[in-house]
Amino acid sequence: MNNLRNILLIWWSDLRDMLRDQGVVLFVIAVPLAYPLLYALIYDNETTRDVPVAVVDYSQSQLSRQFIRMLDATADVAVVARPATMAEAEELNRRSEVYGIVAIPQDLNERILKGEQAIIGVYSDMAGLLYYKALLLAATDASLELNKRLKIERLIPGGTSQQQQITTQPIDYDYVTLYNPQSGFASFLMPAVLILILQQTLLLGIGMSNGGVRERFGGFGIKSGHVFHNAFNAVIGKALAYSGLYLILAAYMFIVVTRIFTLPQLGDFGDYMLFMLPFLLASTFMAITLSTFIYRREDCMLLFVFMSVPLLFISGISWPGASVPEFWKWIGRIFPSTFAANGYVRINSMGADLADVRSEYIGLWIQTGIYFMTSVVLYRRELRRKLKVATKQILP
Amino acid sequence: MTKKTSILQRLLTLWRRELKLFSRRPLMLALLFVAPIILIVFFTSLMQDGLPTNLPAGIIDEDDTQMTRQLVRTLDAMENTDLRYRYASFSEARAAMQRGEIYAFLHIPAGTTERALAQRQPRIAFYTNESYFVAGALLMRDMRTLSELAGMAITRQTLTARGMTDADAMTAVRPIAIEAHPIGNPMLDYSVYLSNVVVPGCILLFVLIFTPYTIGLEWKNGTQRDTYELAGQSTLTMLAGKLLPQTVLFSLMMLLCDVIFYKILEFPCQSGIMAIWGVGVLCIVAAQAFGTFIFGLMQGNMRMAMSVCSLWGVLSFSISGLSFPVMAMHPMIQAFSWLFPLRHYYLLYVNQALHGYSIAYAWPSVASLIGFILLPLITLPLYRRAILHAKYHS
Repeated sequence: MNNLRNILLIWWSDLRDMLRDQGVVLFVIAVPLAYPLLYALIYDNETTRDVPVAVVDYSQSQLSRQFIRMLDATADVAVVARPATMAEAEELNRRSEVYGIVAIPQDLNERILKGEQAIIGVYSDMAGLLYYKALLLAATDASLELNKRLKIERLIPGGTSQQQQITTQPIDYDYVTLYNPQSGFASFLMPAVLILILQQTLLLGIGMSNGGVRERFGGFGIKSGHVFHNAFNAVIGKALAYSGLYLILAAYMFIVVTRIFTLPQLGDFGDYMLFMLPFLLASTFMAITLSTFIYRREDCMLLFVFMSVPLLFISGISWPGASVPEFWKWIGRIFPSTFAANGYVRINSMGADLADVRSEYIGLWIQTGIYFMTSVVLYRRELRRKLKVATKQILP
Repeated sequence: MTKKTSILQRLLTLWRRELKLFSRRPLMLALLFVAPIILIVFFTSLMQDGLPTNLPAGIIDEDDTQMTRQLVRTLDAMENTDLRYRYASFSEARAAMQRGEIYAFLHIPAGTTERALAQRQPRIAFYTNESYFVAGALLMRDMRTLSELAGMAITRQTLTARGMTDADAMTAVRPIAIEAHPIGNPMLDYSVYLSNVVVPGCILLFVLIFTPYTIGLEWKNGTQRDTYELAGQSTLTMLAGKLLPQTVLFSLMMLLCDVIFYKILEFPCQSGIMAIWGVGVLCIVAAQAFGTFIFGLMQGNMRMAMSVCSLWGVLSFSISGLSFPVMAMHPMIQAFSWLFPLRHYYLLYVNQALHGYSIAYAWPSVASLIGFILLPLITLPLYRRAILHAKYHS
């Protein structure tokens, strides 16, 4: 009973310190609330629409004009310029007015009439993979559409349209994009970003508050008062203060962020919260563990901020997990964000339940156990040192 | 003349003092030298194949005829696809996708071959998991090509049966073909988009955080007045004394990156390595200036200055447009993107290394970076006040 009372005292003390410390409040409240909205604004449009391209039409025929109309009609690209020569088109590319050039050869008509294949060149700016993808898809679509019409006219004059259709396309196909029907960028990247925001701000907040405690209490991350002299209670009390707040923030991500920005949301709220619980506990205990190595308040920013970038890539979301080398996969398993990002995507975007993400769920609980133990051991070590210094001061 | 030498002497004293400070802090040394090397190793080994290959995919072949087996073999032979898994039903395949075992699957319903031969246009379907953008996009390309090929194979058969030659039939099927010419990155190497901008981006992030940190330590240790006196009561000399040693160290790290990327890994570099290094150094100075400016605005509040710089630096990865183009962002964000040194690094990298165009085409970015470098001048009076009056805020 006494322990429970002490844990609550510690919880209250840590919560009060956290809310009174501007620097910590910035990271544990302001950033988790505001950053997701900023990111959603960045990935506002989800996809690249109307990439500006130039078309050099050496053919100047009805057919080439038809192709240009079809290309312009696609959602992916917009024909913004019709320069007379390639050199002019390249100049437009250099000035970043267009991100791709489509060149229609002079002999387009003749070749088709002669029954030879005509080739349209697509020159894409490789400054971004999305430009390339958009331009190539649009050009391919336009050419397939035009091919179909050409074939119907030439191959089977007098055939029924059904017959023509079958000969030109004997097997039809459907292309179904599951879980992210518009192939949107936000829908794909936001889950990993949200998870990293939660984990990294916990690291920063706890690191900074522990650095502050050290500066206030003679170089030790242990506050004065007898209640703080039990490592077990102190770690649990602090974890309750932070994980408690972060459960609310996790609910905010689910309820507010995904709804406002209409990200895919197929998961069940209960499953989601059950999954987030070990993630937040593991992150909190990891943060407490790491914070024992932080001697100055500001040092944690040097250490933790840049880690977000490799962690995003290691999570298997932005770079396919199947292509992450084995060594980095193992490094990735040290961090709760790796399991959590994968579980989050599956629950929230793909409608999986807890049983579908069992291995991630178990992984997070194992991390929780390990980081809890390291937190307690490191706190105890520091406590012993502090008491030694204290006795020395009393008995010189 | 005497005044000039005295400034130089003062700077030398400050530089020596700074280097001594560094050598006593293992954390700073680790971040200056070890972290960039870890990052280079990380990104280059993560993307060693350039493009992800052999992504696991599944197949439901309910038809199971010679033709469908041929289709499956063709798909499996494609670079990005590894048809490791067979499923008996749609729901099984979907469950596997939900468990994250596969990124895509192809569904060939029973009777496909029969219908195709009877010219009754059967439908096959492929499903990709677009929650994983890169994987989904790559597999989509393979599966799309395959479906086109499947159809063409049958058309060609029909046409050759009518007496056309193979080449004629191919032309008849595809009178207009598209030929792709990726400018500057013919291998479509993914690492070329990411590694050589993300790693310099991390260095710029360090610079952004380090600048207010090292300046702020003066206030934290209560030595800002002493340093100011050492600098001959000139804020500019004091800042130059504190920051130039870092400029040199970070520039050397940037050079190391450039050598690894463009000499050892042979990433495309039209402009030559010195030009892209020059861009890097300019961006480092711009990031230092930005950090100095923020610290001045915060009037010596080290923690707030560092927090702002951290948040700014992390945001710059998304807002630089290296993975998602800036022109597709919200118009407000598009204007905002000018305020990030990494955005200009990316634009200048494309202009110089990737395309090898004249730097004149990227003048707005060069002008912006010079603008960044002038920013701290605005805050010089604020610095003076902070040096003389402000205390460290915890």
